[in-house]
Amino acid sequence: MKSVHPVERTVDVLVVGGGPAGLAAAARLAAAGAGRVEVLERERAAGGVPRHCARGGFGGLTGPAFARRAVRAAVRAGAVLRTGVSATGWAGPLALEVTAPTGLERITARAVVLATGARERPRSARLVPGSRPAGVLSTGELQQSVELFGLRRERIGRRAVVVGSDPIARHAVRTLRRAGVPVAAVVADRPYGPRLPGPVLRGATVLELVGRGRLSGVLVRGADGRTGLLRCDTVVFTGDWLPDHELARSGGVPLDPATRGPSVDGGLRTLVPGVFAAGNLLRGVEPGTVAAAEGRAVADAVLAHLAGAPWPAPGLTLETAGALRRLTPGRLHPAGPAPTLLLRPEVRLVRPILMVRQDARLLYERRLPVLLEPHRSLRHPAVWAPDADAAGGPVVVTLTP
Amino acid sequence: MSVTRTGALPDTSAPDDAYDVTVVGAGVVGCAIARELARHSLRVALMEANGDIGEGSSKANTAILHTGFDAVPGSLEARLVREGGQLLAAYAEETGIPVEPVGALLVAWDEQQLATLPRLADKAVRNGHHGTRPLSAAELYAREPHLGPGALGALEVPGESIVCPWTTPLAYATQAVRSGVDLHLNCPVEKVRPGEGDAPHRLVTRRGVLRTRFLVNACGLYADAFDALLGREDFTVAPRRGQLLVFDKFARPLVRHILLPVPGPLGKGVLVAPTVYGNVLLGPTAEDLTDKTATSSTAEGLAGLRAQGGRILPALLDEEVTAAYAGLRAATGAEDYRIAAHPELRYVTVGGIRSTGLTASLALGRHTVGLLADAGLELGPERPLAPVRMPNLGEAFPRPYRDAGLIARDPAYGTLVCHCERVTLGEIRDALASTVPPASLDGLRRRTRARAGRCQGFSCGATVRALFEEGVR
Ligand SMILES: Cc1cc2nc3c(=O)[nH]c(=O)nc-3n(C[C@H](O)[C@H](O)[C@H](O)COP(=O)(O)OP(=O)(O)OC[C@H]3O[C@@H](n4cnc5c(N)ncnc54)[C@H](O)[C@@H]3O)c2cc1C
Ligand SMILES: Cc1cc2nc3c(=O)[nH]c(=O)nc-3n(C[C@H](O)[C@H](O)[C@H](O)COP(=O)(O)OP(=O)(O)OC[C@H]3O[C@@H](n4cnc5c(N)ncnc54)[C@H](O)[C@@H]3O)c2cc1C
Repeated sequence: MKSVHPVERTVDVLVVGGGPAGLAAAARLAAAGAGRVEVLERERAAGGVPRHCARGGFGGLTGPAFARRAVRAAVRAGAVLRTGVSATGWAGPLALEVTAPTGLERITARAVVLATGARERPRSARLVPGSRPAGVLSTGELQQSVELFGLRRERIGRRAVVVGSDPIARHAVRTLRRAGVPVAAVVADRPYGPRLPGPVLRGATVLELVGRGRLSGVLVRGADGRTGLLRCDTVVFTGDWLPDHELARSGGVPLDPATRGPSVDGGLRTLVPGVFAAGNLLRGVEPGTVAAAEGRAVADAVLAHLAGAPWPAPGLTLETAGALRRLTPGRLHPAGPAPTLLLRPEVRLVRPILMVRQDARLLYERRLPVLLEPHRSLRHPAVWAPDADAAGGPVVVTLTP
Repeated sequence: MSVTRTGALPDTSAPDDAYDVTVVGAGVVGCAIARELARHSLRVALMEANGDIGEGSSKANTAILHTGFDAVPGSLEARLVREGGQLLAAYAEETGIPVEPVGALLVAWDEQQLATLPRLADKAVRNGHHGTRPLSAAELYAREPHLGPGALGALEVPGESIVCPWTTPLAYATQAVRSGVDLHLNCPVEKVRPGEGDAPHRLVTRRGVLRTRFLVNACGLYADAFDALLGREDFTVAPRRGQLLVFDKFARPLVRHILLPVPGPLGKGVLVAPTVYGNVLLGPTAEDLTDKTATSSTAEGLAGLRAQGGRILPALLDEEVTAAYAGLRAATGAEDYRIAAHPELRYVTVGGIRSTGLTASLALGRHTVGLLADAGLELGPERPLAPVRMPNLGEAFPRPYRDAGLIARDPAYGTLVCHCERVTLGEIRDALASTVPPASLDGLRRRTRARAGRCQGFSCGATVRALFEEGVR
């Protein structure tokens, strides 16, 4: 008879989430001799979202190949990878409640790395009115249905509409086409954006879903203000990312108001000593290679923590202003190494001005010789960081056209 | 005992094979009536137009187990809500339907509403509810610290509870079927040929003709249409739509009680209430319509709810919405139910069960069986109902994913499938193999909460669907 009480265990590093970020962190930590490094992955297979991204674009690999490589690297380095195992809550500052088919566990670690990823905002949270028919998907569900469960046209739908203006909308269209589902239109809310496979209704919005039982159409208002019904039995709401921050939040890990991910410094340390965060959890989606790089980056700070380095003070908060929607990391130690920031604009900006101020002081001002798009991030090395006053107020980063 | 979804209805042409009673409509009311009938050695059928029970008004309400403190004193509704509330609270305990007696606060936002509170307290007394208590603004804010500014006071109504609206009719239907009732789904009754003298009525459906000696109309919004099949035109049902928003579980700590609006000349206002699943509900609107299928939400409706919710509980709007839905109440112009026995027709109409039917359901069941007996149905002796124990969907009670003993016995309860709602493989498997199994993914959601969470299937949708399709095959 197995235990009817949770099993208490300890490890050196507990990584929650076996996607690109968590696996990269685990691989580097295990290789660096961090002791027992355990990765918890709630799905039946590790690898995260790339497992069901059948296309290329993951540093020259397809998504599944990228996922397999990440899994192999972590296992080879000696990390313990556990699939079908979920972290469901906290039992203490560095202890997680875990549910597994083998029973309940309470795992205490010297360091916890949260790498739980991100999801697309569903139809309900977008407050799209109308009926509640079958045939309403996210790209995540669509990709899994097609790539992991092999569903095709007869099981997905006969005619689809895709909603969104990010590159993910393109992926949704391609996935639908691969499954043999014709795409009636892409409803792209922004008037501009990456090339999308047509027909594309730019600047259009979804007003209502129609259909009883099964979706029968999507009522759309075009950029010209006219409304029309797009007949379809499937609609895919894409993009509009939300970090999967629930585990972090339920553990009292403070969030950054602009990203809704945990507030982190350049070492990807959260405000809770011993707890780190990496990957899409920090702010929604970036390419898989970026998430993996963050996983590798977090390992250095974890190793320092395991070696006994004191947990740094919160440091300076970076605030967003103007057309800057979000940036990561959102905290800075002026005395430490200057981090590279990922900046995401709210709107398309042609040669914008990047300005950094602290209190009444201008730390940096530069016209950037680039075109910024709301679906892409700009990497900006915070060369101005050493000039910030560690005792001063928040640092405000502004993008203006 | 059986559940049928397709094929010809059982042959009831021989005199002995006719059903004793047929209940038409498997909403919470019809299911409760069928369950009550199952106490007796009768042949009972429950007929439902949809492919599952509870697909009408019963699936989309506010999920409050009322005390009846604000009913119209002396009305049938007042009595049945009071009795039904007590019966359901006890039944819930026995069968595992999640209920939380969080209590309600009627919050006054202006002087006029404040002045109304004593009258509501009097009305509560006349409805047999003696526990209400006025709260000062300071007491109110101590109870509900996240309440928006400007509240002047409240009336506390202990005993108002939240309940799982899906497990409730499912428990009734399950118990009815296990106790011998035949549930025929996908079976709208299109015509009724009343039996002459003692001859059974003939109910015409696309799955064949069913004969029954007694007939109960529990058709909800369509109770008037069904009455018309028997030549009765006693009332008409007009749908009154209620739109609602469900907020993410992180909103749950923002509210401790059911926050009721004070009814006033400017309409009823909306309530904010926790749900037994650990979410927060905001709504409902009240819109008088004519289309009985108009269960869509509207842009104005949702925007209006957010505006009102933001005043009641400002921090609510910072949380994500996990669902928006709309339900239709059966309004008949009367401030009461429309229940009528027609002994000459061996027929009882249970209509106009407007906005309290979930609460009153068990009392409605009893009351209806009494009316049938008065109309000449021989009930015979009572026998015990088959026991039921429902799977728990409530956050206030142990869930399988945290139950070490259960997981030790069966690892399927340690395998999470729907991560947002913590639904395990074991629970999905159980639902698919249950007495009244789901007919659709929505039916599975109502039985397990799979896909009902914040990601709405982003992570688990494909897996849940595969399990459902495998299980159904
Ligand atoms: C639909 C979609 C399409 C994409 N297409 C591309 C593309 O074409 N090219 C590209 O470069 N990038 C793409 N991306 C982005 C890329 O997939 C992500 O950047 C990358 O997967 C992020 O890695 P991650 O480790 O942060 O998160 P994820 O890959 O999301 O991994 C997080 C993991 O954590 C697990 N987890 C979460 N919570 C728990 C818990 N409590 N317990 C246990 N395990 C948990 C999850 O199951 C998941 O496996 C796409 C993303 C999505 C969503
Ligand atoms: C927005 C809203 C909020 C509410 N809040 C609460 C609350 O907090 N507490 C509470 O107690 N109550 C509440 N109610 C009321 C409660 O939901 C209803 O009173 C109850 O669900 C009515 O149940 P019913 O069985 O009469 O109707 P229904 O659930 O509509 O069932 C009737 C059934 O009859 C079937 N039917 C109709 N015609 C035929 C036919 N010819 N042949 C076969 N089948 C047929 C239909 O398909 C349907 O399934 C609320 C209602 C709404 C709309």
